[in-house]
Amino acid sequence: MMNLIQSITSKVPSLPLFATSESRQASGAAEAGTSTGISGTSGTPGKEKAGKQLRMETRDLTVRYGSTVGVKNVSLPIYDNQVLALIGPSGCGKTTYLRALNRMHDLTRGASVTGSVLLDGKNIYDSEVNPVIIRRRIGMVFQKPTPFPTMSIYDNVVAGLKLVGIRKRSVLDVVCERALKQAALFDEVKDRLKSPGSSLSGGQQQRLSIARALAVGPEVLLMDEPTSSLDPQSTSRIEDLIHELKNQVTIVIVTHNMQQAARVSDNTAFFYVGDLIEYGPTSTLFTKPKETRTEEYITGRFG
Amino acid sequence: MKTLLQRNIRDRIMESLLVLSTIVVLLPLIIILVHVVVNGISALNWDFFTQELGSPSRALQGRPTGLVHTILGTLVVDFLALFLAVPIGFGAGIMLSEFPDHKLNPTLRVMNDTLNGMPAILKGLLAFVLIVKPMGTFSGLAGAVALAFVMIPIIARTTESALMSIPWSIREAGLAIGLPRWRVVLSTVMPAARFGLVTGTLIAFARAAGEAAPLLFTSFGNNYLPNHWLGMLLGPVDTLPQRLYSLAISPYSHWHSMGWAAAIVLLVFVIVCFGTARYLTRQKH
Repeated sequence: MMNLIQSITSKVPSLPLFATSESRQASGAAEAGTSTGISGTSGTPGKEKAGKQLRMETRDLTVRYGSTVGVKNVSLPIYDNQVLALIGPSGCGKTTYLRALNRMHDLTRGASVTGSVLLDGKNIYDSEVNPVIIRRRIGMVFQKPTPFPTMSIYDNVVAGLKLVGIRKRSVLDVVCERALKQAALFDEVKDRLKSPGSSLSGGQQQRLSIARALAVGPEVLLMDEPTSSLDPQSTSRIEDLIHELKNQVTIVIVTHNMQQAARVSDNTAFFYVGDLIEYGPTSTLFTKPKETRTEEYITGRFG
Repeated sequence: MKTLLQRNIRDRIMESLLVLSTIVVLLPLIIILVHVVVNGISALNWDFFTQELGSPSRALQGRPTGLVHTILGTLVVDFLALFLAVPIGFGAGIMLSEFPDHKLNPTLRVMNDTLNGMPAILKGLLAFVLIVKPMGTFSGLAGAVALAFVMIPIIARTTESALMSIPWSIREAGLAIGLPRWRVVLSTVMPAARFGLVTGTLIAFARAAGEAAPLLFTSFGNNYLPNHWLGMLLGPVDTLPQRLYSLAISPYSHWHSMGWAAAIVLLVFVIVCFGTARYLTRQKH
């Protein structure tokens, strides 16, 4: 197994495929030596797992669409191997904030981002940073499942590897199986990996999207209301998944469902009309909110 | 309040009107097909597909004559035109659809529409200036370039709309797993739009295959097969629409029926292309 890990990681130095915290450090170190990663990756976490390690951080992050401001001066820490939930009423900037974390706004017409988003201490909006590399390290799962329509289940999962030139069947097979298992989909689809991704049910398609995001070995996973179009059973499967995944990746999840935020997250940030109102450990925020607006929202008085 | 009977009658009337308009749309097509086949079928024989046309006296003396050089010439010129037009047309279509904010796009759009609306004979003239004049001879290459000018704006436009019909979320999903922009377009958006892309290309191909005007002073026409296969590209070459025209205006009745037969071949050519492509795109799904 170790040989295999080495063969994969040496083939794909920029992809930390095996995302246990030890091997991530190892591959992170390997990455610092290559030109593909962010130059001078410095934020190597300490050896002890005890304390909270800062993985990402935003400083005075502001996103504008033309002259409208979507998110105003948001500064938030995102801790390693923890789940951060973003809650708030519709149109409050949660998704806008989330999309700024892996430079998805680069392609939105008229959108501009100011302030900084640090990944391991390095601003991902610096001019020399390649957004493609950033998006391999910070994956994203969208509100609606988006399997690539012409691809099989297998090809969907390995798309992020295959389409950048990794064609070795043995490598892809391993990655596909591991990603599907992580996404709790493997048992349901193992006998029909060749059938189209669009033939799956909605909940399965969403787990396929998660598997596809995990297959490239991201360090951070952004989830934009991943369960909003799913039935309760699929929702609970995905919540279980988040619990399992957080040992391996750092997760930021946008949700409309406050029970969900309370169930899955370690920390919660409450947004309202583009402002970050309150941030804190989930247990504290839901039981003893400091701000009255937070209290009003979580007790269902508005939103 | 109308009775149920009245509403049923109305429904029937509307339905018959729809059927009627469908028939009106299809009628010209049926008339053309029947007329062409009735007039041309007698001239479709073995000689038609194996012999050259030669001089009018061949037909008058009852010696074998046919249009093999025309059919081969059409294949060479049309497919060369397609080969030239598809990369450029797809490229322009991708540019219009995937990079809508690019500063060159408004110009590209206007120029593409102008080229699309430009009379085909002017495209022939353009190819004449670009290829025939420097080469010093009419050629299949010049004909192909002229037909490529017919195809490019159509392919660009249909490519643009085919790609635009693919939801933006597919592109974001591709970007989110760390694929570069061009790879997202090539491997996720274009396969999803393949039906539209193939259909658009075929519409362009069928349009160009039926054009005679751009070929009159580019590929020019030829009554004989060239001695060497390169002669198809570097010398004057016959094509079906232009041969159909010159047969039709000739004073020989034998040539007239060959003209009808040429029309049958042209129609079959276009229909077969459409059929194949539809079959191929269905299979994959």
